[in-house]
Amino acid sequence: SRELFVLTYGALVAQLCKDYEKDEDVNTYLDRMGYGIGVRLIDDFLARSAVKKCRSYSETADVIAQVAFKMYLGVTPTVSCSSAAGNEFSLILDKNPLVDFVEELPAERASLCYCNLLCGVIRGALEMVHLAAEVTFLQDRLKGDAVTEIGITFLRKAEDRKQKRD
Amino acid sequence: MADEALFLLLHSEMVAGLYRAAEQGEGENGRCTTKLESMGFRVGQGLIERFTRDTARFKDELDIMKFICKDFWTTVFKKQIDNLRTNHQGIYVLQDNKFRLLTQMSAGKQYLEHAPKYLAFTCGLIRGGLSNLGIKSIVTAEVSSMPACK
Repeated sequence: SRELFVLTYGALVAQLCKDYEKDEDVNTYLDRMGYGIGVRLIDDFLARSAVKKCRSYSETADVIAQVAFKMYLGVTPTVSCSSAAGNEFSLILDKNPLVDFVEELPAERASLCYCNLLCGVIRGALEMVHLAAEVTFLQDRLKGDAVTEIGITFLRKAEDRKQKRD
Repeated sequence: MADEALFLLLHSEMVAGLYRAAEQGEGENGRCTTKLESMGFRVGQGLIERFTRDTARFKDELDIMKFICKDFWTTVFKKQIDNLRTNHQGIYVLQDNKFRLLTQMSAGKQYLEHAPKYLAFTCGLIRGGLSNLGIKSIVTAEVSSMPACK
């Protein structure tokens, strides 16, 4: 059940906080772990969801929010495009199941990105479908913001890649 | 379901990550196993609290072990323990012939030396669960041929 995953994640973060003094180190570690998970999760996702190939960044962002997040975390973030170029998107989560058992960050860990694993997962998964992206947390409820917002910036246009292949 | 895949991946990343860090830094394999076990311990404590909120009081130790084998194992690993043996003097052997965390690894004797790393977390899980039910225990695991383990 999801509780097992959430509790395990919590224990992992707690252990990492013990091992690494600096928040940035924990954040980096979580991101790297997330990346490792993402590159394998994508296979599971594609097998379970049978989504067709996305033809645009906006379609990709929609699939991540509406299919993937729903499938694995049971929530559907809202997607919004935040740049005229069409390659920057935000996923806004008003409910984040990973922090179900967390009330607030301890004072000495103020810059810890508790859910940084998610960023790594999205980045790893996208890379496996040949989409390079930068994924970061723009807002975090645990740090006092109103919502939790994940920003995805696609780094190269999908069309260029397709042309190269032809 | 899908959550299971997520947990399995997280778990194997955790094992890989910790050992990777150990190789670069301290190089103490024993510490990694301890860390994994203590993480499992915390999770086990939390999980058992949530599972047993509504269940009736357990009659005795054997009852608790049966709960672990049936309900607890099913919730965590989607199947029951295949075999429970005891000497009625405090030693219990739980056998799972298709342990979820090992099925992806191999079906036989290959990679046997890596198996204990994957069992450390689960040992902690059981120890944590038992501890919150009032039982102090030592949990060890043995793998002779994957994916079965005791």
